[in-house]
Amino acid sequence: MIKAWFKSGSPWVWLNAAAVSTSLILVLGLLVLIAVRGLGHFWPANIVEYHYKDRAGESIVVGEVVDTSLMSAEQAKEAGHEVLNDDEYLEQRLIKIGNRDLSGMDFRWIQTQYIQQQSYPDDLIAIERREWGNFYGRLFSVKENDRVIAEGDKAYEVAQQKIKKTLAVHDEIEHLQKHEVGAINYGLERLRLKQRSLELKGQWNNAAKTQFATQKAEYEKSYQALQQRLGALYQKIRRDSLVASYANGETVEIPLEKIVRLIRPNTMSVFDKTLEYVVTFINFVTDEPREANTEGGIFPAIFGTVMMVMLMAVIVTPFGVVAAVYLREYASQGFMTRVIRIAVNNLAGVPSIVYGVFGLGFFVYILGGNIDQLFYPEASPAPVFGTPGLMWASLTLALLTLPVVIVSTEEGLSRIPKSIREGSLALGATKAETLWRTVLPMASPAMMTGLILAVARAAGEVAPLMLVGVVKLAPTLPLDGNFPFLHLDRKFMHLGFHIYDVGFQSPNVEAARPLVYATSLLLVMVIIGLNMFAISIRNHLREKYRALEN
Amino acid sequence: MIMTTEPTRTHAIDINALSRKEKTHDKVTETCLKVENLNLYYGENQALHGIDMEIPKKKVTAYIGPSGCGKSTLLRSINRMNDLIDSVRIEGKILLDGEDIYDKSINVAELRRRVGMVFQKPNPFPKSIYENVAYGLRIQGINDRRTLDEAVEKSLRNAALWDEVKDRLNDNALGISGGQQQRLVIARAIAIEPEVMLLDEPASALDPISTLKIEELINELKEKYTIVIVTHNMQQAARVSDYTAFMYMGELIEFGETTGLFTNPAKKQTEDYITGRYG
Repeated sequence: MIKAWFKSGSPWVWLNAAAVSTSLILVLGLLVLIAVRGLGHFWPANIVEYHYKDRAGESIVVGEVVDTSLMSAEQAKEAGHEVLNDDEYLEQRLIKIGNRDLSGMDFRWIQTQYIQQQSYPDDLIAIERREWGNFYGRLFSVKENDRVIAEGDKAYEVAQQKIKKTLAVHDEIEHLQKHEVGAINYGLERLRLKQRSLELKGQWNNAAKTQFATQKAEYEKSYQALQQRLGALYQKIRRDSLVASYANGETVEIPLEKIVRLIRPNTMSVFDKTLEYVVTFINFVTDEPREANTEGGIFPAIFGTVMMVMLMAVIVTPFGVVAAVYLREYASQGFMTRVIRIAVNNLAGVPSIVYGVFGLGFFVYILGGNIDQLFYPEASPAPVFGTPGLMWASLTLALLTLPVVIVSTEEGLSRIPKSIREGSLALGATKAETLWRTVLPMASPAMMTGLILAVARAAGEVAPLMLVGVVKLAPTLPLDGNFPFLHLDRKFMHLGFHIYDVGFQSPNVEAARPLVYATSLLLVMVIIGLNMFAISIRNHLREKYRALEN
Repeated sequence: MIMTTEPTRTHAIDINALSRKEKTHDKVTETCLKVENLNLYYGENQALHGIDMEIPKKKVTAYIGPSGCGKSTLLRSINRMNDLIDSVRIEGKILLDGEDIYDKSINVAELRRRVGMVFQKPNPFPKSIYENVAYGLRIQGINDRRTLDEAVEKSLRNAALWDEVKDRLNDNALGISGGQQQRLVIARAIAIEPEVMLLDEPASALDPISTLKIEELINELKEKYTIVIVTHNMQQAARVSDYTAFMYMGELIEFGETTGLFTNPAKKQTEDYITGRYG
């Protein structure tokens, strides 16, 4: 019986099926964990108010319940807690109490046994602030020019309207600062570099001086005008404030310019919360980080990741394809070719940090340093390309993924039937024409396969990037409105590094944990998105160049 | 299990078909290709032994012989397709209109434009029908739409395919039937107006009806082109060719007018082969 069963092969089928399903479950579980932990963070949780009485005395704790855990009574005793009831386990809750300006901490563990009373009052508000994290408490009044204009129940509505207006002004200021003032600064910097370069060449004469002076004056003038506009806006934004009280009753005045949003979660319906959730999530994706990356959004990191991967793809594809074409089509298939092929395959196994070291040593210092000496003498001693940046990061990753592209392109080339090549040659095409017109298009799906693998590897790579261009916080995106628009010399942010930075380098690890999950989720989504894009191109090409299979 | 009967090869030759061809032989024939003492080696193995023959212009010449006798190799020598195989070494000459095609001054791509070739298995490119036919012209740098349109239509008409595909010229060529594909490949070859057409068993992968169409096509094409065809099927050789060469073990055993060779072979080996004693 058993023997027959073994002979029939079904145990192996079961074994394989089990292996496949285990892998699938693991992958799915991973994704679900990241998604739940990451996405849950943006849900506007209810604010709870506890009357709390422990050995230190009575107090009121207001905040969001983030986590609960159990501790055995013995452990609790060993840790110096008293056990009031005869419970075997003590429950403790992690509360996000916010109000970092007051207590210096965002989170607090409380023990359920000390809770006297628990309620969800409607008038509790949560404020997301630009500084000091969240605020939890009660709203008293809204002030305009230090004069109270709304109090009590009306205060919330008025505050919401005011916040909306203030946010608009804030956006305007940001835009002016970033784009217009940024452009002027950029222009002035270029002017300075130009002047320096003329000086170095000995052409810094009177004509140039007057020309530069007028240009400078123009910049100054527009800067003055901008300053005035900004001044007016600042006045406007600083005019209003609201008065609120902490859980302990102490009042505080919060300027509206410091407020990102104000909600009363306990009064919100599920629909309201969903709306709020969507808005928060969109903000997370499109905003810039605040507060040492622990708050705000991650847009620059997404942008940097996508940008870097695309540049990498643009660099690695032609290189890999050309190398594969030479190896497969032109090089005589002898000992040397075999050695080269083995070397290429082994390159794929080199640890990525080694590529980072190579990128830093060769690309940044040698190549970049020489580029600076040759083309940017005026910028010295500040480096332009002689410092880690987007271009070197892309090049390093291109090098890292080159073997993948070469190998799959070679495979694709070797799969093109001989009859197709002969057909083309018989029509009077040279070898190059045959390659260019027939063989390469037919091998393009294989090239795309290589590219897909390359993208998947490159987008998730962090270690080498830390050496060749990624930073914790980049003040500007590598792509903007100032000529030449794409700034390959700039440093950039990357989702992978962002995860590391937020999760393990931030001053507020507890607060950052959900952000780590959310950022991981986005990294996975970005990689999936990039891959989907490449896969759809490949499928299109496959359909187009369906090879002779009959 | 049902035994499928192999189509029995009758080696009896259709004498009527042969006698119908008599009249074409009246014209004086010019030589198009002259093979002089051709030896070909695959590494150490000699595949062709001192071949000498003259292939007449605007006639159909058929190579017959058992598998591995070198007929395809000889055919592929005429447009230097054997160059693609690294180990091949060639001695002797093939003269095309008096010019040695193995001379160093010969441009191989240019030679292949003059000597077109159709392979055993249809090998259309994974492009549209139109682009397949226009391929050779585009290689020559002809990109003018009207010239291409005309050439494509003319070639497809000459290949007796126009009526079947005229409404779907932009469809992928891999979507048409095998017989159509083979005629498309012929159209592709005649679009660049070669002087010689080499057909390497062009009908061996096709069904009987498609085969018939290809044979009719060959009859029409010989008005314009010198045609050299390799075939396994002796009836086909008898039907379509004016001259036949019988090859055996890399040697040319007998070469002459098809009628003569089939009805009155000079060599014992030829007679044995065409009467089915081997091969």
